[in-house]
Amino acid sequence: MSAARTPATTARDQVARLLALVPYLHSRGEVSVTEAAAALDVDPDQLVKDLRVLFLCGLPGGYPDDLIDVDLDALEGEGIIRVSNADYLAHPVRFAPSEAAALVVALRAIGERTPSARDVVERTLAKFEAAGAGSAEMHVTSEPQTAPGDLLALLQGAIDRGHQVELTYHVPTRDEQAARTVDPRAVTHVGEVAYLDAWCHTAQGDRAFRLDRIVEARELETPVASPGSGPRDLTGEWFSGAETTRVTLALEPPAHWVPEYYTVVAQRPGPDGILEVDLDVAGEPWLRQLLLRLAPHARVVRPREFNESFTAGAREALSLYGDTGVR
Amino acid sequence: MEKSERLLNLHIMLLAQRRFVSKGDIRRMLYADYPDTPAGDEAFEKTFERDKDDLRELGVVIEVGTMDKFFEDEVGYRIPPDESALPEIRFEADEAAVLGVAARAWEQAAFAKATTEALRKLAASGVEVDRSRLDVVAPRLRAEEPSFDVFWDATRKRRLVTFDYRRPGEPQPTRRRLHPYGVVRSSGRWYVVGHDLDRGEERVFRLSRVVGDARASGRAGAFEVPAGTDVRRIADTLAPTAPDVEAVLLVRQHAGVGLRRRATLVEDDVPGPDDRTRWDRVTLTAPESSLADEVLTYGASVMVEAPESLRDEVVDRLRRVVSR
Repeated sequence: MSAARTPATTARDQVARLLALVPYLHSRGEVSVTEAAAALDVDPDQLVKDLRVLFLCGLPGGYPDDLIDVDLDALEGEGIIRVSNADYLAHPVRFAPSEAAALVVALRAIGERTPSARDVVERTLAKFEAAGAGSAEMHVTSEPQTAPGDLLALLQGAIDRGHQVELTYHVPTRDEQAARTVDPRAVTHVGEVAYLDAWCHTAQGDRAFRLDRIVEARELETPVASPGSGPRDLTGEWFSGAETTRVTLALEPPAHWVPEYYTVVAQRPGPDGILEVDLDVAGEPWLRQLLLRLAPHARVVRPREFNESFTAGAREALSLYGDTGVR
Repeated sequence: MEKSERLLNLHIMLLAQRRFVSKGDIRRMLYADYPDTPAGDEAFEKTFERDKDDLRELGVVIEVGTMDKFFEDEVGYRIPPDESALPEIRFEADEAAVLGVAARAWEQAAFAKATTEALRKLAASGVEVDRSRLDVVAPRLRAEEPSFDVFWDATRKRRLVTFDYRRPGEPQPTRRRLHPYGVVRSSGRWYVVGHDLDRGEERVFRLSRVVGDARASGRAGAFEVPAGTDVRRIADTLAPTAPDVEAVLLVRQHAGVGLRRRATLVEDDVPGPDDRTRWDRVTLTAPESSLADEVLTYGASVMVEAPESLRDEVVDRLRRVVSR
């Protein structure tokens, strides 16, 4: 966790690897370095270094027979690992609490997100609990759902078969639904949100579609028609891209959650519990919706003209109720 | 002796002996380089404690007991082989596949590492994890809240945590003292559940609202979690959830797509507040607090008919924008 503790953590990590390596070897007799490294997810050079510590260890007493035997000739010559005299390390150690918590929480999050996987997740969790690897201290109650399982299966099937997909897509900032024909590439996450990464024939460009805004999807028989472009990394510059306007908002305490949800460029406390934040905004509709959602706890400091159009929009909405706002 | 060599030797010694091994014997065989002086004694005690903690962090079970009937005051240690070993565990193909997805879920360094260690132990006991399954998207589990590690560590060690907490709507944070029982993830955010010492009752705190550093203090094992405590249930009952209401809205035709998707009833072409467009009546059920936020985002395209409380809230909030 913290870099300052590196030496101690390294020794512990090495022992952790060895306490998995020895039982792995024990059940197999002899294994190549590359095979063991792949199975245990350890760098091959590190694995050889670990083995050089192992042959110094064993039962107390100090006689050669008491020590674990590592066949160094086979290791250096053929890259083959042979270990003997280590019967007492025939089984891996029980899961540590944070290991059990990490796996259990990951499994529960999968089940929460993907309803179609709930059955297999429950069976897997039950086996962990039976092995004494439950987690009482870390839980998941609900996860944002990726998408209904059938949508995910449909998209994944189309990707596997190289077929185009016809989407009905909801664009909240324009409050509209539109039909798109796309070449699907991959389903991926940016932060908490799942996207379909695709080439959009309607827009003639790369687009990322939020799965929770896909109203309908239909796999077509037509093969994809934009060959050669693999899945992209949606986390980088590409995604922020586009033209943006730097906007400064003044947030009253009930609106202080904004920087938890949206990427802000800077934030600074102001007088009377006001929090000022700078945001890069891609379009006015988005900003207007955010301000309305926060009403009346947010206003635009600059550029000022945004504030005027926002107030005009609020006045128009209020007029629906036969209310002019003047009392 | 290198530390990893000493740790592994300590593990082997306590595991291979069926009886308790006295602290004196352990020191003689593995810590002989600590001189027999008060300073040496103290350094040995400290190192030995840390080594035992390190082994326990790896999942090793170390028992402490009295040596034998002749030396009742001498403490001994052993590792019971059956309790310390990972029980036999076998997975079906689809279970191994879902484990492969779980392997990619954590994006927080310490838990990503813990996942790797856990899967390595499974590999060592002959389980093959299938990393090729594609039809389940791996969740991205993060814990970006800076206080996450402090709360998780203090939960495990049963230590007191002191922190400043800002509730929404309150300008100033308040100092809190908590005995943490567990951490809970809900809708992508982390919460800590525990006993609030100043309020004298169970409370839930959202980690993103902790201001500055959270600090653990005092000894480990400072409190007991009451028997039968269900951290997940406490989080569910104490975390504020708004009750659902049935709302009736007038929505301009072709607008309010997000509301229409969740509608239980849509009546086409009804009389509306203006005649710029036609209007539809949309009925849906949602938590009242978040529904006001959502209705507001549609501006002059949506108007609340019922319930009155929702209508009043929307009107009041708009009026406060217009009149400032």
